[in-house]
Amino acid sequence: MTYIGGSVHRIEDTALLRGEARFAADLSFPGQLHMRVVRSPVACGRLLGVDASGAASLPGVEAVWTSADVADVPPIDFRMTRTPGLEPYRQPILAEGMVRYVGEPAAVVMADDAYTAEDAAGLVFLDIEELDPVLDPVRGGGRAVEAAVLEKGYGDVEAAFEGAAEVVEMELAVGRHSGVPMETRGALARYDPMTAAIEMFGAAKVPHYNRSAIASMLGIPAARVVLREGCVGGGFGIRGELYPEDVLVCLAAWRLGRPVRWVEDRREHLMAANHSRDQVHRIRAAVDPDGWVRGVEDEFWLDQGAYVRTHAVTVADLTASLVPGPYVWPAYRVRGRVRLTNKTPCGTYRAPGRYEGSFVRERLMDVIARRLGLDPAEVRRRNLIPAGDMPYDRGVDALGSSVVYDSGDYEALLDRVLEYLDYEQLSDGLAERRAAGESVGIGFGYFIEKSGLGPFDGVRVTVDEAGQAVIVTGVSSVGQGVETALAQICADHLGVPLEAVRVRCGQTDDLPYGMGSFASRVTVMTGSAVLIAARRVREKALDAAAPVLEAAVGDLTVEAGRVFVKGSPDGPGVTLAELARRLRPGAGPAAGDGEDDREPGLTAEGWFEAAHMTYPYGLHTAVAAVDRDTGEVRVERFVVAYDIGRAVNPGLVDGQIVGGAAQGIGGALLEEFVYDEAGQPLAVGFMDYLMPTLHEMPPVEVLLSEDAPSPLNPLGVKGAGEGGITAAGAAVANAVADALGRPEGITRLPIRPDLVRRLADG
Amino acid sequence: MKPARFDYHQVRTAAEAVSVLAQSGGEAKVLAGGQSLVPAMNFRLARPEVLVDINRVAELDRLTDEGEILRVGSMVRHAAFERPVDDGPLGRLLSMAARHVGHLPIRIRGTFGGSLAHADPAAEWCVIARLLDAEMVAAGPGGDRRIPASEFFHTVFTTALEPDELLIEARLPKPSPSAKVGFKQFSRRAGDFALTMAAAVVEVRGGEIAEARIALGGVSDRPVRAPGAEEMLRGRPLPPSSSSSSSSYTAFADAAEHASGEVETIGDIHGSARYRRDLIRVLTRRALEQAAAQ
Ligand SMILES: Cc1cc2nc3c(=O)[nH]c(=O)nc-3n(C[C@H](O)[C@H](O)[C@H](O)COP(=O)(O)OP(=O)(O)OC[C@H]3O[C@@H](n4cnc5c(N)ncnc54)[C@H](O)[C@@H]3O)c2cc1C
Repeated sequence: MTYIGGSVHRIEDTALLRGEARFAADLSFPGQLHMRVVRSPVACGRLLGVDASGAASLPGVEAVWTSADVADVPPIDFRMTRTPGLEPYRQPILAEGMVRYVGEPAAVVMADDAYTAEDAAGLVFLDIEELDPVLDPVRGGGRAVEAAVLEKGYGDVEAAFEGAAEVVEMELAVGRHSGVPMETRGALARYDPMTAAIEMFGAAKVPHYNRSAIASMLGIPAARVVLREGCVGGGFGIRGELYPEDVLVCLAAWRLGRPVRWVEDRREHLMAANHSRDQVHRIRAAVDPDGWVRGVEDEFWLDQGAYVRTHAVTVADLTASLVPGPYVWPAYRVRGRVRLTNKTPCGTYRAPGRYEGSFVRERLMDVIARRLGLDPAEVRRRNLIPAGDMPYDRGVDALGSSVVYDSGDYEALLDRVLEYLDYEQLSDGLAERRAAGESVGIGFGYFIEKSGLGPFDGVRVTVDEAGQAVIVTGVSSVGQGVETALAQICADHLGVPLEAVRVRCGQTDDLPYGMGSFASRVTVMTGSAVLIAARRVREKALDAAAPVLEAAVGDLTVEAGRVFVKGSPDGPGVTLAELARRLRPGAGPAAGDGEDDREPGLTAEGWFEAAHMTYPYGLHTAVAAVDRDTGEVRVERFVVAYDIGRAVNPGLVDGQIVGGAAQGIGGALLEEFVYDEAGQPLAVGFMDYLMPTLHEMPPVEVLLSEDAPSPLNPLGVKGAGEGGITAAGAAVANAVADALGRPEGITRLPIRPDLVRRLADG
Repeated sequence: MKPARFDYHQVRTAAEAVSVLAQSGGEAKVLAGGQSLVPAMNFRLARPEVLVDINRVAELDRLTDEGEILRVGSMVRHAAFERPVDDGPLGRLLSMAARHVGHLPIRIRGTFGGSLAHADPAAEWCVIARLLDAEMVAAGPGGDRRIPASEFFHTVFTTALEPDELLIEARLPKPSPSAKVGFKQFSRRAGDFALTMAAAVVEVRGGEIAEARIALGGVSDRPVRAPGAEEMLRGRPLPPSSSSSSSSYTAFADAAEHASGEVETIGDIHGSARYRRDLIRVLTRRALEQAAAQ
């Protein structure tokens, strides 16, 4: 065990840092066509017709397609949380009869170069009879279609509210944000007549699922679609889901017999890739005078946008299940309403449902504390689930399985943070600054994350005759460091140096099965599979080495790629490379005539299954200063304490947390997809969709803890991908409310400076 | 994100640029730093048929100090002002403003003249030009003409320049060496166009304010002055030096209050018209305080 737990440098960085890595837009094939999407310019209308004649006659244009050309292709189906009744709301790959949001694909142009394609797209005339858009899912009255209602809960909520000393009721909202990866989407497909297969580059996140989905939409066997992932410039939940453009590129390559390339521009990205968040909650809590929460009732509305995409009701489901977070809350009832509006469809974005739910829960806990005149940290402590109650059955399900917190000592983490902050002294310091006229405050956000979503993942580990180990996986890398973490696990459990390990991700013809990269699942699921496969390879190596070294298997060990008798590293040994040569087909004493029933090669697969998720947890603390005159908020400190069970690579975890915190602070203060009253999106560029920059970011202080390894996997790990963002909105909001001395003032994210100013005025 | 088709001319002299512009029948655009024009072309918001690239015109990339006037050639880059171009109040003021113009890569390419010609109401140089009553010199087929700042900015992205005119330079009158200057702005992120900015020049004689100028940016369709507030300050004593914001001294706050009432403001997704009024009040006061503290 030398690599696991160490902050080794990322093995994938050399090419990335040299600018040699290849992203989707770096790829080209001879003779390729460029696809340009003609998008609806209006939020809602009847699409009476499409006149493509002008575009089609432009020199260099190969084809212009409208919905009539793809009428045999069904709409995009659900990947997760399929619920009956949602089918009518699936998105067709080209708008059919109606356009339902600005940016909806209504036609595509294929041309010899990207300039001609864009010229031609401008000549496609969409004949649209405009209709009034639906933009408010809550107050849109009966006009906002309710696609789904989710209800969950446990305990006796009525009894909890009866006789409660205090009832705290709030309406809280999180605006429309999304993950905005540095690399926009891109796809390049070609058709190989020899194998009758379509090959698509630019896949991400869930290549295996998308391969099957594309094949089924095109009516061909899955084996005739191959998806390839190259380097991916960020995922965040939105990249790599199946979108209309992916299907169109594959279909066009097949039908037109030429490679077809599509690279999204940023403006398209901000109106066509999944949006997320956008929830309004009405929540009430029944509280005892000592701050004990007797029960909570929540109703929320999720503005789904115009269609239900691949995630179906995943976000609503996760929101509903995880609002109670780390607290006992003996009774809880929630109703989530997923409603359709004329905006970009929504999907998941890093910590889906938890960012929103944590904001709601943690704002509520703060307000409860203030109303009762108690310290916010103390109220939280009183309501935390005790460590002795682990594993803790939450009494609700999420993503189809029951939510059972696998391990945790929530109070210990709170204590650790308070001690780290020197809470009393910090509070005194803030009080002094307030007395001197500054507006400063502190805010907490406690949260439970979920990670390691099953049901399975697998890898094949092979050591070749040069001693190189290759891990072939069914997951994908979105730039988060998967390769390094998996290589560390392999190196330790196989007994090879890290430099001898390579990782292949995201090629659907490598392994038949793969679940993909989302829900902070890879290190848990694939990492466990690597451990299993590496151990098997090691066993195989020991078996093969025993006769060579004339020693019993049990007396042997592997280190640095060499097998030798335990305790005698300087004695006789045999390298894994040599053993791989000996395990060649036709080699070795057993070789002979006819069938060989040995599996050749130093190779093994490992598969890991999980029926339940793991639940990491953490506490965000923000210290913020407010300029009462301008309404400017400066986050002075941001502390993330996170229990990850076990950190395979603390440096990578740190990176995940800091990046997540930046996105969380962005969502808290800056980012929002704003629409005007006609349903036009106003934030379709980086001048208006405001991502935080270095200037807006405080240094993030990360306190990683490993108090509660997961009992659900052999590594004890929990996921790292989302804990940096989960309660960032909550912590910042609580700090701003505290700074303003208006505990109940902040009810919506992002917190805009004009609102802060108004609140400052009283 | 691919521009529409265009012809490209690289010119070496201002005269050559003017002649290409004249031949293009109003369909040409001057390419300076490209920091506003190129994105607009990529979005196809601008579709010039001809681009006249003036980046190689050496005569436009010059600062000329004429004592009373600083002549800024239109191709002088934003970054040239980050360090004061002179050691008087003008150099100070330009330097204070320069560091708010976008980010470093934008400042290295973007130009003073491009910014004026582009006429974003929240552009620092437009506000400074209005503050100082600069004159813009335009060259056209009929020769050169001078346009005062008060007439130069018509509305958002629209100036008094004709399509066949080239902006040659801006003539910035220098405040007196003892003048005090202030510049404050508020944007939601560092480097963004400001929601509101306030620039001030205060001329002092015998401890009194002899003349105050206040210009505001980002508040409406063009940079504006606050003449009423300027007038209120004339003849007022400066605040006691160490405590420019002391409560007994209200002249700056009163003038700022007045400024926030006298100009028209408009709202957008980053801030309402009313919020911009609030910002005018605080930024004007702060700019004056900053000036007085020098
Ligand atoms: C991310 C970003 C942030 C920015 N932030 C700011 C900011 O905070 N403050 C700010 O002021 N600016 C900002 N800008 C804009 C930047 O300052 C531009 O450089 C400036 O607006 C235009 O100058 P340019 O030299 O790049 O002109 P170009 O983009 O080349 O031209 C702009 C327009 O002016 C015309 N033009 C240019 N020169 C002449 C001339 N000599 N005669 C006639 N017409 C001419 C062009 O034809 C065109 O219409 C930002 C830009 C970006 C990309």
